[in-house]
Amino acid sequence: MKIYLFYFLSILAIYSALMVVISKKPVHTVLYLTLTMFCIAGHYVLLNAQFLAVVHVIVYAGAIMVLFLFTVMLLNLNNEGEFRKSALVRIAAVVAGGLLMITLVAALKQTDILQTTDPTLTQIGLVKNLGKVLYRDYLLPFEASSILFLSAMVGAVLLGKKD
Amino acid sequence: MDSININDYLLFCTLMFVIGVVGVLVKRNALAIFMSIELMLNSINLLLAAFSVYMNDPAGQIFVFFIMVVAAAEVAIGLAILVMVYRYTHSVDIHLLNRLKW
Repeated sequence: MKIYLFYFLSILAIYSALMVVISKKPVHTVLYLTLTMFCIAGHYVLLNAQFLAVVHVIVYAGAIMVLFLFTVMLLNLNNEGEFRKSALVRIAAVVAGGLLMITLVAALKQTDILQTTDPTLTQIGLVKNLGKVLYRDYLLPFEASSILFLSAMVGAVLLGKKD
Repeated sequence: MDSININDYLLFCTLMFVIGVVGVLVKRNALAIFMSIELMLNSINLLLAAFSVYMNDPAGQIFVFFIMVVAAAEVAIGLAILVMVYRYTHSVDIHLLNRLKW
């Protein structure tokens, strides 16, 4: 059952990721990207990483996609029409991407991954266990990330302000 | 055999990463390029979480969490810059930004 879910989510994610690249209207691109994000959240649930699944849905599907959607609508990009690169550049880009994929797959095929545990029994992705690790071993980076957020917020306000 | 192999995750994430790379190379709309970068970031995140689960090491999932934090900050700043660029050039076409080259 699990493996069918994996293939279903993977194929849906690949399809919507392709549509992100293919589709012409920016709003459609954002909506397909949201679908991809939900598929990836499903993958996190499948990995029993529940904390990451919840954070992913809240941060990506909730905050970042809304931000993208707002920007698309604010800039009124939908009626502008697609400006495209020349056919030569596009073909070269796809060929380069395909070569990169072949290289990566060939490199990863060689690796011999030793599997230490049965992934269906793991409990590390639960909020309780992950919270313990986060607040015990990674407290300083966690606090530093709050400063990063503060500076990002100040920077965004400063940039978005009208002169 | 009913369990998912880690190689399946490797293949899936590689495919999605390459789609993101192609998106960056193909598109001229700065917003679409930004979204392709998000796609690449997410494929790497998923792979990191998968390895963390298969190796039974929580550090990988903590790193995914921090990458998400940084990505959220990056998106906020990036979209603010994009809006500012649009205000000056009235377009998000990256070909109009070639004056930043030198």
